[in-house]
Amino acid sequence: MPTIVTFAEAREGALRRASLEAVSEARRLADAMGASVQSVVIGSGVGALAGELGAYGADRVHVFEHADLAAYATETWARALGQVITQETPAVVLVPFTAMGRDLAPRVAARVGAGLVSDCVRLEVKDGRLQARRPLYAGKAFATVRWQGDPQMATLRPNVFPLGRKDAARKPETVAGAVDAAARARVVSVAASAAGKVELTEAQIIVSGGRGLKGPENFHLVEELAGALGAAVGASRAVVDAGWVDHQYQVGQTGKTVSPTLYVAAGISGAIQHLAGMSSSKVIVAINKDPDAPIFKVADYGIVGDVFEILPRLTAAARAVRSAGH
Amino acid sequence: MRGFRGGAHARRIGAWRFPPEMKTLKTVVCVKQVPDTESRIRVAPDGKGIVEGDLGWIVSPYDEYAIEEALRIREKKGGEVVLVSLGPERVLSALRSGLAMGADSAIHLKDPAFDGLDTLGTARALAAAIRPLSADLVLAGQQGVGGDNSQVPGLLAELLGLPQVTMAVKIELADGKATVEREIEGAHEVWETSLPAVVSAQKGLNEPRYASLKGIMAAKKKQVQAMDAAALGLKAEDLAPKVDVVALELPPPRPGVRMIEGEAEAQVKELLRLLHEEAKVL
Repeated sequence: MPTIVTFAEAREGALRRASLEAVSEARRLADAMGASVQSVVIGSGVGALAGELGAYGADRVHVFEHADLAAYATETWARALGQVITQETPAVVLVPFTAMGRDLAPRVAARVGAGLVSDCVRLEVKDGRLQARRPLYAGKAFATVRWQGDPQMATLRPNVFPLGRKDAARKPETVAGAVDAAARARVVSVAASAAGKVELTEAQIIVSGGRGLKGPENFHLVEELAGALGAAVGASRAVVDAGWVDHQYQVGQTGKTVSPTLYVAAGISGAIQHLAGMSSSKVIVAINKDPDAPIFKVADYGIVGDVFEILPRLTAAARAVRSAGH
Repeated sequence: MRGFRGGAHARRIGAWRFPPEMKTLKTVVCVKQVPDTESRIRVAPDGKGIVEGDLGWIVSPYDEYAIEEALRIREKKGGEVVLVSLGPERVLSALRSGLAMGADSAIHLKDPAFDGLDTLGTARALAAAIRPLSADLVLAGQQGVGGDNSQVPGLLAELLGLPQVTMAVKIELADGKATVEREIEGAHEVWETSLPAVVSAQKGLNEPRYASLKGIMAAKKKQVQAMDAAALGLKAEDLAPKVDVVALELPPPRPGVRMIEGEAEAQVKELLRLLHEEAKVL
């Protein structure tokens, strides 16, 4: 029976949502291909996570659990995942396209000689082989891609693949893995970053601000609306380059490509490179004083108006809705 | 001493800081030429590639950070900066831009056999060119804008047998080690790696300089070495793609905008109602 291997990223003792999306997708593909699903989880105190991977569809979970594996190290993780791939010879390997997956997957692909397709937004089985769809030019175009030979290795864009049905009664077989923890490049310290807790690429809602806010002193209007909606904050390249906010916030072709459920663009005119980074969002709201702004061409709902009038009212209304218990 | 930039100036300013027995620092920067980010993308008649005819080409912005960082390292520590790029004839202009910024020399990997390489094939060719250079540091952008794969730095590190740190926003070299800072998903990480290593550049690492007129003139005289697959010792099976694009298409059009009219108060109320009842996203 062919095998699909997924990498399950754990941080601070919990599985990332993107890891559950990957195992859910693996289960869906495995059912279409008649394959089994095996997940790999690596870390310190990660043994308890096997059950959750099983509940989302893993038949077997390889657990690399050791005190020496407390902090992610590329070489160690690549060695462990590479070991499983060499041993299980899977047809497909799925890795979340998170910061860790981005760092890890290429190293593993070179190690096992796999073709790797990054940032997939759709996977399907055609004639028993995998076929992927992925954005190019930050979403200005979409490629359909196929692999020659196995393993067919893909990284999956977070927030795109739906979670499968969780069945706590489904218990996976667990296999304890051991790996040499040596690595020449290592994390020596970690601090919470200025960009806050909600990661743009994984956020369900994003509120972004642009030049229409007129100055960095007004950017709090965007942050307050984001706070009221439980959203991440984004920004256009213009305001990042002007130094209003850190580059971490930039949405667009030279920043982050995002696909949230709801994207609110406030005072952003919509340069091509910005549209490229956000036009795969499910619902787009644009607020701009210029009725001819290109952002309205991709928006679902548009308000021609002054961000200084609209944003505070929207924030107040969103807070009221929230406290009413929606 | 290998490759130290000579001349009275260099000797006065820099040489005395570095004992002669110390090897000078060699930084290799991988450069990709990409369509200008303001370009409109059109699908070629074969339905698999893009129309290149009227595209403007630039050095991938993330690679500019890598070039700038290499130059700053050379300014502080001495040594040399070598650029490597793979692609057709047009790629020369990307290498000339990097040389005009101040890089010392460049290698152009050029062969009809390189058309349609996938990321692994590209990394194998780059690795074959970089391996004999005995670099102390290999820099590259964290992704090539357009392909957006974020693969080559990691592939290259594994193929070269070197440690890697990706998405760097700060790099400091001391005592044969690099301290690299990265911003990821709400965390600021500090990594340490032995050298040589592969480090990929993220926005925020630095502000790339513009080439001066003098730099542009000087770049014309700098050496660009062309290497083909045979010179790199690559065989057909090293280059055979494992990944094929079978179709390329433009994204589906958005459904169209619904404008919300009225006074600010009414617009806000209607927007929230639509997001809640119609779009069901709140």
